[in-house]
Amino acid sequence: MLRYILLRVGATVPVMAVVALFVFLMLRLTPGDPAAVIAGDYATSEDIARIREQLGLNEAIPYQFVTWIRLLLQGDLGTSIFTSLSVTTLISQRIEPTVMLALTTILFSVAVAVPLGAIAAWKAGSLIDRFVMLFSVAGFSVPVFVLGYVLIYVLSMKLNLLPVQGYRSPWQGIGPFLAHITLPTLTLSVIFIALIARMTRASAIEILQEDYVRTAHAKGQNEFTILTRHVLANAAVPIVTVIGIGIALLIGGVVVTESVYNIPGLGRLVLDAVLARDYPIIQGLILFLSFSYILINLLIDISYAFFDPRIRY
Amino acid sequence: MSAPVLDIRGLSVSLPKGADRPLAVEDVSFSVDAGELVCVVGESGSGKSVTAFTVMGLNPPRALRAVAGEVLLQGVDVLKQSTPAMRRLRGEKMAMIFQEPMTALNPVMKVGEQIGEMLEIHTGLGPAKRRARVLEAMRDVNLPEPASLYHSYPHQLSGGQRQRIMIAMALTLEPALLIADEPTTALDVTTQAQILALIKDIQRRHGMAVLFITHDFGVVAEIADRVAVMCNGRVVEQGPADRILTRPEDPYTQMLMAAVPSLTPPARLQPKPAPPALEVKGLNKIYGSSGWFGRGRRQVHAAQDVDLTVHPGETLGVVGESGSGKSTVARCVVRLVDPTSGTILIGGQDVARLNERRLRPRRRDIQIVFQDPYRSLNPRRTVGQSIIEGPMNFGMGAAKALANARELMEVVGLLPEALDRFPHQFSGGQRQRICIARALAMEPKVLIADEAVSALDVSVQAQVLDLLADVRARFDLAMLFITHDLRVAAQICDRIMVMRYGQVVEQGLTRDVFGNPHHDYTRALLDAAPGREMSFASAS
Repeated sequence: MLRYILLRVGATVPVMAVVALFVFLMLRLTPGDPAAVIAGDYATSEDIARIREQLGLNEAIPYQFVTWIRLLLQGDLGTSIFTSLSVTTLISQRIEPTVMLALTTILFSVAVAVPLGAIAAWKAGSLIDRFVMLFSVAGFSVPVFVLGYVLIYVLSMKLNLLPVQGYRSPWQGIGPFLAHITLPTLTLSVIFIALIARMTRASAIEILQEDYVRTAHAKGQNEFTILTRHVLANAAVPIVTVIGIGIALLIGGVVVTESVYNIPGLGRLVLDAVLARDYPIIQGLILFLSFSYILINLLIDISYAFFDPRIRY
Repeated sequence: MSAPVLDIRGLSVSLPKGADRPLAVEDVSFSVDAGELVCVVGESGSGKSVTAFTVMGLNPPRALRAVAGEVLLQGVDVLKQSTPAMRRLRGEKMAMIFQEPMTALNPVMKVGEQIGEMLEIHTGLGPAKRRARVLEAMRDVNLPEPASLYHSYPHQLSGGQRQRIMIAMALTLEPALLIADEPTTALDVTTQAQILALIKDIQRRHGMAVLFITHDFGVVAEIADRVAVMCNGRVVEQGPADRILTRPEDPYTQMLMAAVPSLTPPARLQPKPAPPALEVKGLNKIYGSSGWFGRGRRQVHAAQDVDLTVHPGETLGVVGESGSGKSTVARCVVRLVDPTSGTILIGGQDVARLNERRLRPRRRDIQIVFQDPYRSLNPRRTVGQSIIEGPMNFGMGAAKALANARELMEVVGLLPEALDRFPHQFSGGQRQRICIARALAMEPKVLIADEAVSALDVSVQAQVLDLLADVRARFDLAMLFITHDLRVAAQICDRIMVMRYGQVVEQGLTRDVFGNPHHDYTRALLDAAPGREMSFASAS
């Protein structure tokens, strides 16, 4: 088990290195002078020279890379051009709302989608099953921003149930936190519920045909326990895999959702940085999000061995 | 005499619309007494398993419905029970073990807990008491070191051990009736002998009624008290085992028993002397080499210094249990896997080391027929397309290839018109004939049959064996016949090679190996063959 974990952790190092290289080259390989692009149309040549200096673009590329990696290893992702704050600081200021939104979304999606998919599989072909599948297709088809505004209009403006926008930290009280996070979570969850429910249904239908499910029936086990202990326990690996894929989708969804609900998270930071062409922030964020994604996938890989004792590399 | 434990009276079970017959099981009646073992024998599609599953209430509810009759379990009609009542009966009063111990256990649950689940469902015992009962049950089926096996997962156990776990699970609550659905069919012959002995022993000790489903008359001879023979959903004959086995009255029973290959090899003609078509010298195959992270990885010596020769018109049988290396040898000879060392001479030329480009022209000289005819034909291509694909790859024109294919269909006993059909439109035996035609279309010198008749019903098996013997003579083929079935080997092979753990332990003329085995393992294999005292049909 330990060997497996160490191997998996070891395998992420080259992936991270490749990602870092790409992120580094992204700015340097931009056609034209990146400093001019960053400075915008109305910049003077002094402005451009200042930005070049600030980004260290005057040095040789390999030297730049070594310097950049050295700073990176020290946890220095660079400094924002416009706010003069370090990227690490910006990220740490904005990370809490995004992490909270991601957590509530994943938890809510799994809690809804897995039982939904399992019931659909158990009653395959029934009305319930068709309803779940219909919801699932709809969930894939509705864009996040449309759904967001519809939810705001109905739940906040017409029914006055929940705040329209904004974010409250759970440390300031769990009530306001939940009130503010509910709508974004609902909005972001729809596509995940669709995705995870479909995957759960597909794997559960397959597993329901397995001989060991028949064995469980032969033992006189009841349907509920068969569905949880024998079917879902064996469907865990594909379900967890799709959750991992979902987290990649989440990063895109967060940008839109945070804009719709005016949440000061990483998604908003991405948007603001792109609009301001603040390259160090963009670069730092891409790197940060990629590494987070790699780490989440690492956790998912390791969880396979926990869910299925046959998996040992 | 007290009432039987299981009494099936006039049971009929309907098939879904569109099946080949309206009833899966029609007017079936038989009973099983306490302390009695009743075998239900039949070929695939006979309704024997449907009958067993109806007793357990495990048939898919809409597709297979009991439409007439009653199934009395200790006087209670299980067909009239509610779902919760059925759940109580399953496990407490009746239990079942299945054909595939590999798949019948939940792969992500410890085996001890799977046995314990039975107690969790049906008793109020606490975890400690459950554990004690599980260990007792595991000891009862002679599992070694129950305390450590308790925490194993199914994939860590052998097939025989898994089937013992299934039996332990079935017996924890001491049910009155045990239903065994082909419980030894997927096991090696020596393991099968042990499991049969165990079932018989437990039945005697617990005084259980056992309903045993099988297709194998050898197994029937080994354990049955009474026998019911089923064909197309009906019981055609039933009675005490020794009467049925010695004086079968129904023509179908007679035909079935005549189809069981005898363990006594028939007299065989010596093939004409000719240079060997296939010669293998010092063949080795080692799986699992050390790679980047492979320091701790185990190596498996799947074939060790194997020598063999097959002449044109001759059949060499390679006999062994699973893991003996017999299939590895076949796969190396066809170069589906690369041998680690050794030479493979086909028509005098060594193909063991040829690269794919140089090997290609030699590929047609050696063809293989696999075990599972359901999976070895591409379901999306007509059988005609499958047959002509090979020759056309070697430059034959479509018209000529198709003409040859039509001829071959007749050789293998099928209609040439059937070339336009798809594999799913044929039965298992017909598919295996198609696979043979496909192999013959390449005009090979060597034909390898890798368990080619093992998945077939006995009556079909006999026909396919006849076909193989016929094409071998007609095309002067050298045949390498891989099998685990000693009866089949006795009937078709001129010479036999017995393998174990990758090594050849004995090699000789079939009649010598069967009549006077030298190696202990060969003797153990022959002793384990079920029903060896029965002569069945003499070789004809």
